[in-house]
Amino acid sequence: MKLSHLLSTATLAAVAGTFAIAEDSSDPIVIPIHNWSSQIVMSSVVGLIFEEMGNNVEFVTTDSQAVYESVRLGDVALEMEVWEGAFGASYRAALEKGGLHDAGDHDAVTREDWWYPMWTKDACPGLPDWEALNDCAHLFATAETGDKGRYLDGPVDWLKHGKERAEALDLNFTVINAGSAAALWAEIGAAEADKKPVLVFNWTPNFAEAVWPGEFVEFPVWEDGCDKDPAKGPNPDALYDCGNPASGYLKKAAWDGMKDKWPTAYCVLTNISFTNPQIAEMAKLVDTDELEPEEAAEEWLDANRAVVDPWMSACST
Amino acid sequence: MATLSTEVPDASAKPSGQLRVLTTLLAAAAALILAKAFGVLPEWLNRIPEWAIPPTAQVLDVIFDFVQNDLGLIYVTRFIAEGPLEFLLDTSANLLEGKRRWPFLGPIPWSAIAAVAAVVGYAVGGWRLAALGAGTFIWTALIGQWKIAMQTMSVIVVAAPLAFLLGLTLGVAAWKYGWFERMLKPVLSVLQTLPFFTYLLPAVIFFKVGPTAGAVATITFAIPPMILMTTLGLKKVSPEVIEAGQMSGCTRWQMLRHVYLPAARTEILVGVNQVIMLCLAMVVLTAFIGMPGLGAKLLAMMGSFKLGRSFEIGVTIVLLAVTLDRMSKAWVVKQPVHFDRGTPWWKRHQMPLIALALFAGFTLLAQLFPILAEIGRKQHLSQGKEIDVVIKSVLALDAIKGTTEWLRWFLNVKVLIPFRNTLLAIPTPAFILLVVAFAYWVGGRKPGIYAAVFFTIVAFSGWWDRSVITLYTVISAVALATLIGIPLGVIAARSEHWSKSILLACDTAQTFPSFIYLIPAIMLFGVNDVAVVFSILIFAAVPLIRYTIIGLSTVPPEMTEAADMSGSTRRQKLMSVQFPLALPTMAVGFNQAIMFAFFMVIIAAFIGTQDLGQELQRTLAGTELGKNFVLGMNVSLMALTFDMAISSWTQKRKRALGLD
Repeated sequence: MKLSHLLSTATLAAVAGTFAIAEDSSDPIVIPIHNWSSQIVMSSVVGLIFEEMGNNVEFVTTDSQAVYESVRLGDVALEMEVWEGAFGASYRAALEKGGLHDAGDHDAVTREDWWYPMWTKDACPGLPDWEALNDCAHLFATAETGDKGRYLDGPVDWLKHGKERAEALDLNFTVINAGSAAALWAEIGAAEADKKPVLVFNWTPNFAEAVWPGEFVEFPVWEDGCDKDPAKGPNPDALYDCGNPASGYLKKAAWDGMKDKWPTAYCVLTNISFTNPQIAEMAKLVDTDELEPEEAAEEWLDANRAVVDPWMSACST
Repeated sequence: MATLSTEVPDASAKPSGQLRVLTTLLAAAAALILAKAFGVLPEWLNRIPEWAIPPTAQVLDVIFDFVQNDLGLIYVTRFIAEGPLEFLLDTSANLLEGKRRWPFLGPIPWSAIAAVAAVVGYAVGGWRLAALGAGTFIWTALIGQWKIAMQTMSVIVVAAPLAFLLGLTLGVAAWKYGWFERMLKPVLSVLQTLPFFTYLLPAVIFFKVGPTAGAVATITFAIPPMILMTTLGLKKVSPEVIEAGQMSGCTRWQMLRHVYLPAARTEILVGVNQVIMLCLAMVVLTAFIGMPGLGAKLLAMMGSFKLGRSFEIGVTIVLLAVTLDRMSKAWVVKQPVHFDRGTPWWKRHQMPLIALALFAGFTLLAQLFPILAEIGRKQHLSQGKEIDVVIKSVLALDAIKGTTEWLRWFLNVKVLIPFRNTLLAIPTPAFILLVVAFAYWVGGRKPGIYAAVFFTIVAFSGWWDRSVITLYTVISAVALATLIGIPLGVIAARSEHWSKSILLACDTAQTFPSFIYLIPAIMLFGVNDVAVVFSILIFAAVPLIRYTIIGLSTVPPEMTEAADMSGSTRRQKLMSVQFPLALPTMAVGFNQAIMFAFFMVIIAAFIGTQDLGQELQRTLAGTELGKNFVLGMNVSLMALTFDMAISSWTQKRKRALGLD
């Protein structure tokens, strides 16, 4: 126990030696983690990278919306997953107040939209085309919605405009807001047993893809301004008559002070860019293979040295 | 000496003046409702118009901003957070989970902690508690949750003693200075009813996200009962004891240290017990603001739909809570042991010595056998996946599905939705009048006036409809909980054996993290009001059952014997002897059920609601401190209205029955 600890410190020192600059502050770089696996693993991977470079790293669990206030104040140094759809609003609000900035996009793109598990398609073969929805509305009906279909949208604070879209496209659906991601999974999980058709909000990359194969509903393709200009999209009188952008950004955000306090780590952070398959792999290690996130991070890093090393060497002048 | 009787003199309790006030209130409300029904009610009497609503949130934002930045309060709080508080947390985190901070000694092997827990358990309560203590920690280690459990404990071992010390100090101050008590009382009432979302945000801003904010929020949540119990205990110290102290020439400090505090020992220890339980209740909620450990893991597990692992974490939290609860309660009952003069010191300190020896022994052994220090993923016995399968297949049973489908339809379509629409259709002033009438009828004049003031404030907050929906959920859940809880309590009270096992079930239901109920509730009923009401119901039924049992079993035996002798049937005895006498105690349970429901209704926002909780959840994004506070106050004011009315009724009734 003690010995292995010493050894690992020694290797750390040796590795750090190969990176010439060691001007980073010895204060721990605090990395926030949230409650979904890919973000935890990704943050742990970045933590391991920083530790290899000789930095001290600490993790803190926070709420994924409240975290931007903490980045702004410098309580945490960075945020690895800023989703355009889910956290864009909180991120932009913090950006306006000042104290954090954009540290570059990941290669990965995100998509968030109406989604259904594959078994739904058996009952409603016209999917994924959105125009099939009205014919199948009765399949999605529940006790409270009468003969209207029911669509379970994401939490209100994700601002998904499901209600507006259902009205704009004249869908015979009642839109209900779930209170959390867990509520969405519970709804799918409950429908799974007797393969009841359900329509819920979902996104990718996400662990759910591996558990319940499914598809997004193909709405009229997103046009810029669909949320501001009624003329855009099929309905000339309504906003939100398009699907969400099929390739939303996935950003990293950094505290303004990070650049000066840990310049090398900051440099590496701006280089880091994960792809969709990489993120899915990280999530899978935890969600399907039941590894603990820290172990998953080590495993992933070992298997992907070729990806990671260039990010680091680019910063070791 | 008061006489015991179930005959409450009716004439004096309900003078005709009161009746007139009640009729006036109800008539006015009825007039408003009828006016609306016939379409003659002006809109400004139906809902307060937008322009009349003061910009409370914006004003509060400016005030908070001023206090935070211009007055520089944030520098003070940040100094406390990053200085002494962080130092304590770092130290405990190093010892328990091995965080790399001073004193660089930890982590303490799990076997050593389990051994010490066993000795402590034995010292306070014999073999059974020893087994419970050791068993809890062995379970935690074997199930592979040691590290996260210790992350949680590292915050609690700092937060609980701090809450104790602060609570004791404030309690003594409140006992000593009347003006301080009068000032503190309303603050404590608000603190106890304020939804936790409201103090999470200030905790993050002023005390830094992470264990520090978690500790501060935990202390804030746990401190009120400690203060109240301390003051209560000190007030009850008998004059003979005080005189004895004065006669032996104690100084004021000696009086406090050696006379008052020891005499108030029992109440103070009950306060300690409450502090511990409330600290554990906050384990999951504080994970939103950076508290590490079990809560954070639970949220992550629920986020990826791992029911089995969430359930195991829930079991660990319950075990920790039950262990600490039983041990601290045993400590309350245990009287200090006195030794004869001349007893050797090792005999006087036998238990600490054994604990120390075992601690050292296991720490050394752990160096030789690493499994005694840490259980890795390969060795642990977690059955997450298997439990997943069990839970899912039970929920998918046809009988269960059929029942819940019907319940969902019946409750939603026939009961809940019509009820909600009715409440929402009532004009605001009429609604306030009805609440005032209720408070006045139940509690009397003072609660009635408070109800008027509080609900008027709520009406002018700009969140009226959402407040009504919150209230509707609370009323529905408490009504259902009463229908289930009271009969269950009555049946359980019939035998000692049943009461015991039902009370244990109550303890478990109460400490089991409420978040875990949300998922099965959704799986059974879907995202709708039934799931929300159901998850609140579990929580709200607990105090109802508990106080029904306590109330019925503390009915004086001479009363029940008298009933038996006069040949009454079991039903007659229950209805005309036991119930009337137990009613004040049961009302305390009813009151608590309402308070719990107000607490849970906010958590139910995670299922999906349209009430204040949903808006509160939205403010967590961290920019709207003012709005967050306004929403929190609305919940608090509504809860306080009911609290005051029912407490006042309980007191009056107890006095009338001669039970006080």
